[in-house]
Amino acid sequence: MKADETLDCVGLYCPMPIVHTAKKIKELKTGQVLAVLSDDEGIKEDIPSWCKTTGNEYLGIEEEEGVYRAFVKKSG
Amino acid sequence: MANKEKMTLIVYSGEMDKALAAFNLAIGGASAGMEVTMFFTFWGLDVIKRNEGRIKSKGIMRKMLNFVDRGGAKRLPLSRFHMFGMGKWMMKKLMDDINFPQVQDLITLAKELGVEFVACTTSMGMTGISKDAFIPEVDRFAGVATYLARAKESKINLFV
Repeated sequence: MKADETLDCVGLYCPMPIVHTAKKIKELKTGQVLAVLSDDEGIKEDIPSWCKTTGNEYLGIEEEEGVYRAFVKKSG
Repeated sequence: MANKEKMTLIVYSGEMDKALAAFNLAIGGASAGMEVTMFFTFWGLDVIKRNEGRIKSKGIMRKMLNFVDRGGAKRLPLSRFHMFGMGKWMMKKLMDDINFPQVQDLITLAKELGVEFVACTTSMGMTGISKDAFIPEVDRFAGVATYLARAKESKINLFV
């Protein structure tokens, strides 16, 4: 999956990836996609949940060697 | 989003681990676009006392209480295995290992995200401390009516 911006949260634990995601998404335009990198397994549940709360669109997650890449599409 | 969702937390405990849990929740809520209020009461006041200088109070019993329970984000004990500070020292090491912020960092972050801090005036009166005992981040000094007015409009209300 392709992203317009990437946010590296490797090495950080809850709630920091969510805090950074919330800050970063403000810099994006509606319809753009943000990839959030994290090695905390909680991200698999937390990003979709955060999207549900904030109204952004969760596109999916990829895993490669213990690092997760979660994709969020900014909604209006 | 004109009408933001709201969340409140009562921070009753003055221990480091419980304060971490409370700030973690508050910061998570604020990051999800919620308007968050943290109401600090009883031992929870220790979390928002300033770290530097002496804290004044009146009367021998209140002076004794504030001596044995100085408070301040950097001085909070662990709720379990504090072991005269050794347990806390070890816990801090473990937190540093995973780059987890300390309570004082979470206070700064919570404020950046617009979390409102309210200090309970009844607990202040009981322990004989004034507004000047607290960090400047405290937004207001109030009582139960203020908390309830916010809690009534909030979907999430927690007691830590």
